[in-house]
Amino acid sequence: MSSVGGGTPITGDATMRQALSQSATVPRRRRSLGTIVWWVIFLAGVAYFVIPLWSTFMFSLQAEPFGAAYTNTLDDPQFGSTLLYSFVVGVITVIVSIAIMVPTAFWVRLRVPRLRRIVEFVTLLPFVIPPVLLVFGLIRSYSSGPLPLTNTDIGSSALLVAAYTVLSFPYMYRAVDVGLRSIDVQSLTEASQSLGAGWFRILWSVILPNLRVSLLAGAFLTLAIVIGEYTIATFLARPAFGPYLALIGGNKAYEPAAVSLISFALTWAAMGVIQYIGRGTRISVAGAR
Amino acid sequence: MAFLELSGVQKQFSGGVRAVEDFNLAAEKGEFVSFLGPSGCGKTTTLRMIAGFEQPTAGAIRIDGADMTYVPPNRRHVGMVFQSYALFPNMTVAGNIGFGLRLQHRAKEAIDRRVTELLELIHLEGRGDRYPYQLSGGQQQRVALARALAIEPTVLLLDEPLSALDAKIRVALRVEIREIQRKLGITTVYVTHDQEEALELSDRIVVMSEGRVEQIGTPFEIYNFPATDFVASFVGTLNTVPAKVVDPARRRLALAGTEIGTSSELQDAAGERVTVAIRPEMIRLDGSDGDSANHLAATVQDVAFLGAVVRVRTALADGSTVSVDTFNNPNLAVPASGAPVTLGFPDEAVLVLGREAAKHETDALAAAEAML
Repeated sequence: MSSVGGGTPITGDATMRQALSQSATVPRRRRSLGTIVWWVIFLAGVAYFVIPLWSTFMFSLQAEPFGAAYTNTLDDPQFGSTLLYSFVVGVITVIVSIAIMVPTAFWVRLRVPRLRRIVEFVTLLPFVIPPVLLVFGLIRSYSSGPLPLTNTDIGSSALLVAAYTVLSFPYMYRAVDVGLRSIDVQSLTEASQSLGAGWFRILWSVILPNLRVSLLAGAFLTLAIVIGEYTIATFLARPAFGPYLALIGGNKAYEPAAVSLISFALTWAAMGVIQYIGRGTRISVAGAR
Repeated sequence: MAFLELSGVQKQFSGGVRAVEDFNLAAEKGEFVSFLGPSGCGKTTTLRMIAGFEQPTAGAIRIDGADMTYVPPNRRHVGMVFQSYALFPNMTVAGNIGFGLRLQHRAKEAIDRRVTELLELIHLEGRGDRYPYQLSGGQQQRVALARALAIEPTVLLLDEPLSALDAKIRVALRVEIREIQRKLGITTVYVTHDQEEALELSDRIVVMSEGRVEQIGTPFEIYNFPATDFVASFVGTLNTVPAKVVDPARRRLALAGTEIGTSSELQDAAGERVTVAIRPEMIRLDGSDGDSANHLAATVQDVAFLGAVVRVRTALADGSTVSVDTFNNPNLAVPASGAPVTLGFPDEAVLVLGREAAKHETDALAAAEAML
């Protein structure tokens, strides 16, 4: 027989089991209450996102005949052409952005880590400088003088890519930096060097493949911004998807709802592609990190 | 001419931190040299200078007669194995091993043949299509070794390659590394802070402290005839006891009131205080048998079982503590705490600390030759 502290003496196995089961019931009850609360919060969150989508969907179906909003949208040649234009511009932007950001982030991480804060600040500037300011600056600089790029379609598209590349910096730099943090950049670089690799080979064969998922995330964010961007594309008079969305939003009733839902579908499809490509990736190798 | 030669190599980092000072080494072809020392002693920096990842502030590095001091790392043809393995996560085992060969634009068949050879060498046959994350730490490090060896480097550099592994694998892998190195006859520089590893693997050891070379010698010399106080205290276990010089000419000292002899030369005058060092395994507990030249009365303080070795801690008449190591066996008669014992040891066991390194090395070599 034993007594615990100043409380009731616990006698025998049965009493002890009872005492133990009573003490175990309280946390279990608390746990189930916690689970219910979390489910309520989760369902409220789902409702917050799903209800507007559902309403938009229902609204888009009110067009006569049934599904006309979708068929009209898909039949409109401008829908396909503007979407394709924005997509191509987006892909080029992603390539240019990767070509600038990967070597920059790699070099900062490897050789000049003290510059990291400065580079981070510079890449955040697109959040501070409004797109309208950026596009006016570009137009003023490149509408005349030695590089009159706005005089030609290809020149204007190049300016559009340049502007979008700047807009992509905050997303792409962060994505690359996070990716680089998850691998042992220095050891991998030195291992490659000791095997005879130069800088280009190190970036191409060792660093880039290990940033696959991060780059996909950055690329996806960049594409999402580029496809919906309105201000810069309008001022540069480009046949992009953003101005097209604004145009049909002002002129039609049900089609904008259909276009919004199609955009959502494309977004989710892109996320699915990222998940599919990034499946089974193990980044945290390269040593005991 | 030595195969790997470092002459007067120095490294000073920005901020004035001197990582390596006047490092000189001449390693022969096929020699296994270890850099041994505590963290921050400059051993890894020296290795990185040989690899080309760091530039020396002064001095020269030559490999096979060619000056490599300012040659970029990707043109040195030096293989490197890292503590963190540094395997390329996006490549299979075969891809990792063949990476350097692909950079040399070798034919695919030649690469495949070499990869198969190396997989056999590291006992990972048939695992070429696995990814690094599918292997254990020991297997990953073997792949890293094979990858470094694939390009047939002039020098193989290993930077604490076993530190991230558990004890049992560490012991097995170091035997494997030494076997492979002997088989290929490749000049190897191995960085470690583990004295046991350095003693077991090396032809020669470079003991370093605070950026300086303390002693260069064979494991036998380093262990038995440490050139400096640091080497004596860093390599192996050591009893350090205060003593007084009695007769420098006859090499006699007084330790805890008892006169003892040493084979070391005494440079201090009679009556001067010195510190002597005696390895625990050089002392016999029952020293009154007449085999030992020196005898000291002591009292047992405690006994510790360390597996193969039993360590008996004793106190001398002046309060100094002296540990005695003896091999464990089931019939061992272990003295009880408080029991009086006589410690016996030869003159060669008594090292006098605090002398110049160069002088010590000469003495140590002479003494080693005499003993052999």
